[in-house]
Amino acid sequence: MPVFYGTEVPSRLMLGTALYPSPAVMADAFRRSGAGIATVSLRREAGNGGGQDFWALVAGLGVHLLPNTAGCHTAREAVTTAHMAREVFGTDWIKLEVIGNADTLQPDPFGLLDAARILTDDGFHVFPYMTEDLVLADRLLAAGCEVLMPWAAPIGTGLGLMNPYALRSLRAHFPDVPMVIDAGLGLPSQAAAAMEMGFDAVLLNTAVAHADDPAAMAEAFALALRAGRLAHDAGPMAPRDMAAPSTPLIGKAFL
Amino acid sequence: MKITLNGTPQTVQATTLAEALAELGYGGEKLATAVNEVFVPATARASCVLHAGDRVEVVAPRQGG
Repeated sequence: MPVFYGTEVPSRLMLGTALYPSPAVMADAFRRSGAGIATVSLRREAGNGGGQDFWALVAGLGVHLLPNTAGCHTAREAVTTAHMAREVFGTDWIKLEVIGNADTLQPDPFGLLDAARILTDDGFHVFPYMTEDLVLADRLLAAGCEVLMPWAAPIGTGLGLMNPYALRSLRAHFPDVPMVIDAGLGLPSQAAAAMEMGFDAVLLNTAVAHADDPAAMAEAFALALRAGRLAHDAGPMAPRDMAAPSTPLIGKAFL
Repeated sequence: MKITLNGTPQTVQATTLAEALAELGYGGEKLATAVNEVFVPATARASCVLHAGDRVEVVAPRQGG
């Protein structure tokens, strides 16, 4: 199972906590999938205790919490949010999001790198939400990140692995770095493909929360992850262009 | 003194962040604070002196992806 900053987690599934029809459905999705990490956020509190009920719910899931800096568009905003998250959630883990484009929610690689440097120096364990760029990955690792989280596709699109070449390249260049495919997956088959490529985990939210039956979909993803990883470890055959008969030719009757 | 709390104008008698939070109805919840875009740890709220026009942010756990 994947190890993030020295902590082994019991599942290759990381699950968001947003967009579910109800808190009970969300909790059921976690139970059925066995997800080991829940992503959470910080938002303005009105003084009516609205955030406290949610805190009680996620604390009761018994999973690791990974707070995010969702919605931040500058490194400064993200760094301040990370500090607030560390105090509230009591963890050094931070899913670092610095958004560079409002339409695609594409990470801003420059702001991301600036924030990652500051936060690692401040003792955070940074999980950077990044584009699938090889050079950016190298710089983030040099900045002290020990986990990378390349996107599959823009958040909430369900388009799947849009750039398999770049993802394969990332995996090949950094074989020992834990890598999580974060955002853009829509189907369990896409998660299985990510596992077959050798990625360590996936992070989902919309694909599960917007399914007709979120708990069933969460379980489907968990099964796909298990199948994909098993296939990866089993050593897939090499593809080829021309047919190769599987039934022996020797001994075929002359008819 | 007039301050802005989570984007909304507020008038408070308080002179520190800790006093302002109490005056505005916040208790011992899971909260984090920032003043003028700078993080203020819980341990520093009592000594954080507010000034007119300060922008205070108070956040709590929420759903996230």
